Amino acid sequence: MPIQVLMPALSPTMEKGNLSKWLKKEGETIKSGDVIAEIETDKATMEVEATDEGTLGKILIPEGTADVAVNTPIATILADGESAADLAKAPAPAQQQKAAESAAPAAAKAEAPAPKAAPSAPQAVAEPDPEVPAGTEMVTQTIREALRDAMAEEMRRDADVFVMGEEVAEYQGAYKVTQGLLQEFGAKRVIDTPITEHGFAGIGVGAAMTGLKPIVEFMTFNFAMQAIDQIINSAAKTLYMSGGQMGCSIVFRGPNGAAARVAAQHSQDYSSWYSNVPGLKVVAPFSAADYKGLLKAAIRDPNPVIFLENEMLYGHTGEVPKLDDFVIPIGKARIVRSGSHVTIISWSNGMSYALKAADELAKDGIEAEVIDLRTLRPMDTETIVNSVKKTGRAVTVEEGWAQSGVGAEIAARIMEHAFDYLDAPVARVSGKDVPMPYAANLEKLALPSAAEVVEAAKAVCYR
Amino acid sequence: MAAPKKAAASTAQDKTDGGSPPEFTREQELKALRDMLLIRRFEEKAGQLYGMGAIGGFCHLYIGQEAVVVGMQMALKPGDQVITGYRDHGHMLATGMEANGVMAELTGRRGGYSKGKGGSMHMFSKEKHFYGGHGIVGAQVSLGTGLAFANHYRSNDNVSVTYFGDGAANQGQVYESFNMAELWKLPVIYVIENNRYAMGTSVSRASAQQDFSKRGASFNIPGQQVDGMDVRAVKAAGDEAAAWCRAGKGPFILEMQTYRYRGHSMSDPAKYRTREEVEKVRHDQDPIEQVRNRLLAAKVSEQDLKAIDAEVREIVNASADFAQHDPEPDAAELWTDIYR
Repeated sequence: MPIQVLMPALSPTMEKGNLSKWLKKEGETIKSGDVIAEIETDKATMEVEATDEGTLGKILIPEGTADVAVNTPIATILADGESAADLAKAPAPAQQQKAAESAAPAAAKAEAPAPKAAPSAPQAVAEPDPEVPAGTEMVTQTIREALRDAMAEEMRRDADVFVMGEEVAEYQGAYKVTQGLLQEFGAKRVIDTPITEHGFAGIGVGAAMTGLKPIVEFMTFNFAMQAIDQIINSAAKTLYMSGGQMGCSIVFRGPNGAAARVAAQHSQDYSSWYSNVPGLKVVAPFSAADYKGLLKAAIRDPNPVIFLENEMLYGHTGEVPKLDDFVIPIGKARIVRSGSHVTIISWSNGMSYALKAADELAKDGIEAEVIDLRTLRPMDTETIVNSVKKTGRAVTVEEGWAQSGVGAEIAARIMEHAFDYLDAPVARVSGKDVPMPYAANLEKLALPSAAEVVEAAKAVCYR
Repeated sequence: MAAPKKAAASTAQDKTDGGSPPEFTREQELKALRDMLLIRRFEEKAGQLYGMGAIGGFCHLYIGQEAVVVGMQMALKPGDQVITGYRDHGHMLATGMEANGVMAELTGRRGGYSKGKGGSMHMFSKEKHFYGGHGIVGAQVSLGTGLAFANHYRSNDNVSVTYFGDGAANQGQVYESFNMAELWKLPVIYVIENNRYAMGTSVSRASAQQDFSKRGASFNIPGQQVDGMDVRAVKAAGDEAAAWCRAGKGPFILEMQTYRYRGHSMSDPAKYRTREEVEKVRHDQDPIEQVRNRLLAAKVSEQDLKAIDAEVREIVNASADFAQHDPEPDAAELWTDIYR
């Protein structure tokens, strides 16, 4: 029976790619290991190698096709003795795909990100962004592009800004966030480091103490644990310890929290760790526009800023205002959906669950007000409290652990400032109190879900 | 006079590069004497104030090691940065920071360099290019490499003088920094102050490679062992290292063989070494006595040397007086300088 060649996944988070080129023609003999095609994602270009031998029977996806979903059959290989007539015997693509999906890492992700062209925030978002003047032209960008543009704009504006980290320059970024920066700004300002987080974080802080403005990229914040002494003891505390004489303007950025199927050591959410520390500012945006505007603000900020990104969101697209200098102030939450029955508070990828839950709740007549914190420190307590005074109920949503988590902090602030307005105890939805498991089903269970948010919201509404 | 001292040096220290260092001019000798004396008297006074309860927390004295910072400072030019660990009072005075401000920081007063919020281990001076004062052993090595990175980025010809001890030399980030410093040819002089004890642990009990000048060997960073008790040898080595860095050749390691007379901190009973060991170094190699004896041999009058003593004592006494009478920081200072 002819063998189907499927669109491969190049990373745990890849969902689709472009079939840029066929290197073999129909009828050509193929040996195992031959490169048969080139595919391209927003992160990388890769070669597809044949794992079977035979003849290339039929090309199912022509070259130049964009957005081919992972596991889509792209060609068939005929084994010895088979002919084009046997092609019909190949399994129906739909079945094949269904079978493959349950095994494919990307497809197994609990809350599959929105399809292409859908904005990262659902259509239901009711509140216009107060930072964007009415009538501003918008461009659709991935979060990855928004981050890159933010850095490039700030580097054009200020020669003291530079980027350093692992694979940021020649490789174009481990997650392609720094794509093109080396070409524009050169090796002096886009600096590949050895794999030595502790060392290069310290070098960044030292350079910042002299007035330079480093952007230190961690390939993920999991690796920043190697560097956390420099971040906290050197970056966060020096201004205070020097009586205001010497501080550092530095951004530590990179993906934080769970990606997909990368298990316990690569999935931790550090929101609560860093937001515990006076001297640091901690930013964790969700929408593409916020990623851009807040990264620009972070780079300009004279203090050390922890900029928590999310790998699952890098490929998401959103509307970014086309303004010469779009900067969003650090420390302001945003009401992205207004409602009167319950307040749902989240940030970063937690917003995916929150917004989906709000849609679900609306079907049951519960209007949720959804707040995207965007900044965790300083926390916009006022926006939270004003909303809770209106709704009388609150649910926090985070991917991190509950104990000493950001949700616990929010609950405490609501109790301190709006206790008399509460009609129910604050509910927390969080990552489960376990190291992140690898198995797809367990990982899904360990993360929060929209269903849990719906359940929590109904519980505080006594529904 | 010189002969027995040199012999003593070579017994007490493993090995130093042979040959006498270049002679100082009289002005250099007098300056070295004065600057080292200031540090010694300052530290003695700090020890005294600590005993009186006027200084709290940790207090690590630099007595015995004065030639290292004074000699290195003589090799620097304006704009060169200095950064060190927690035993930092001597470094600050050597860079020209005021005794009053340092002592008032030790007593936690508003006139201290950090307004009383940093203490003994955390002082800074942008004006004097002194970047601290760091309490985490080894952290200053990455930070100091970052200062050199900034010089390189700005294409100036300043160097970063990054001090750390034989204990810190075993920290991982030191080697991460060595690697990047050589890879990027950063202008940093790593001054390893080998005072033979990391708190209570002798070098031989903690270090597989006890020749610290070789610690950069696997990164191709040149190193040199220096008699850190002879201010002339320190200055000469500093000159060489600074020239290397300024020429764009990358980092340089200087192992300063020195000795701390006092305990690791004020609360250290120093049971890990004998009184005789300390006395022998004091007697045979004291950095200040070496200069004083040379000056006397060169017919500088006792009178002139006493005048230096008196000037230094006056500065130190005034700083102690200031540090005890300056008010504590205003309560409102608790909430300032967290962000800017």
